[in-house]
Amino acid sequence: MENSNQSISKRNYATQPKANYPDYRSTVLRHQKHELVVLPQSIADMTSPVFGHMSLGDKDHDLIINYAPTGKSAIGERISVFGKVLDESGRPVSNALIEVWQANAGGRYRHKNDSYLAPLDPNFGGCGRCLTDSDGNYSFRTIKPGPYPWPNGGNDWRPAHIHFSIFGQAFAQRLITQMYFEGDPHVEICPIVQSIGDARAIEQLVARLDMAQSVPMDLRAYRFDIVLRGPNATMFENN
Amino acid sequence: MDMDSLDIRRTRPAKSNLITPLRETASQTAGPYVHIGCLPNSVGVKGIYSNDLISNRLLADAPITISGKVFEGEGIVCRDMMLEFWQADERGSYDNGIWQRTSTNLETGLFSIKTQMPGKISTAEGCVLAPFISVWITARGLNLGILTRIYFPEHENVITQDPHMALVPESRRSTLLAQPLDGGYRFDIHLQGAAETVFFDV
Repeated sequence: MENSNQSISKRNYATQPKANYPDYRSTVLRHQKHELVVLPQSIADMTSPVFGHMSLGDKDHDLIINYAPTGKSAIGERISVFGKVLDESGRPVSNALIEVWQANAGGRYRHKNDSYLAPLDPNFGGCGRCLTDSDGNYSFRTIKPGPYPWPNGGNDWRPAHIHFSIFGQAFAQRLITQMYFEGDPHVEICPIVQSIGDARAIEQLVARLDMAQSVPMDLRAYRFDIVLRGPNATMFENN
Repeated sequence: MDMDSLDIRRTRPAKSNLITPLRETASQTAGPYVHIGCLPNSVGVKGIYSNDLISNRLLADAPITISGKVFEGEGIVCRDMMLEFWQADERGSYDNGIWQRTSTNLETGLFSIKTQMPGKISTAEGCVLAPFISVWITARGLNLGILTRIYFPEHENVITQDPHMALVPESRRSTLLAQPLDGGYRFDIHLQGAAETVFFDV
């Protein structure tokens, strides 16, 4: 991946979550109260660490087996997740490192701070990673995570979700988000999701069942495309 | 009403989830278990990655240490933050830029990195910028990652002429300065409060 060394379009906050969203209780003491200070972009923002040549393990993209002993696999609905990473001009972002993490099929994370009643799956770790190809495509295999309750002052349950961390070609494109599943009734009642005020931006976080990529007698596929910021429209036209 | 045949429907590709014109995918919080995805070995999830991804390259020489804590409102120490650092090398090159990732200690809240002093860089217009390290912070309760910068007090002469620092209200500039401590630097981050750190929109 080459650094773009190109300015990135300004973030459109209308399609981003509010930093202060009291229905998501943890934001109350953690959101900045001052306005963000707007800076012109410098090379620090237009460049990014490059992981395209990083050697990934051959099971890094397969959460079904990457924690299990040979011959074993994780419990749950077998799925693949695939899609394309683009920038806002529609250009594919190649060699982008994507890291994913999630709860197991029962909604339990393999994390020392998670004490939910649902048991750990001895064959499921909960993380994986992959790189986009030259056309921006990525894919990984996993099991569908379960919904789970969380302490937010009420009867709060997270929709089933997979966390995504994505490195673009500029540090200003750095993004962490969550992917949800088509048809999940928790999406519209989750404060974390609803901190995004824009219905279409929420829709953009919902992966869709893709029967063409589903593998008969093996797994179902979900498509989830991702858009990163930029490049700056004026710069792009000039190039 | 779906008029396609069953054969078509049961092999149909998904439509893209994207909206047009294309808009940046909305951010969502990294949540309290960010370590599983980004630093799994650090929380005992061993055997998936041989090592956690904590830097983009090995630094032969990393003479400076920066450590600190992150505080939320009411002065409470945050113990579930992930921090990423992106900086020029000692010569001011981003082709050899240094990226590091760490988290605040789950018990103490302290973070610490070893690195090089970044070199000066210039704007496209040729203005010199004082050396700094970009810091990107994500965690539970942060719907979007937040960006700040670490500057160093020994560069005061450059900082006073710095066109970016000039955009920061004078009374808040000190929140961006690392404090010399025990041969290294201390850099605390206040998400709220009287000493709220300056966060940037670039």
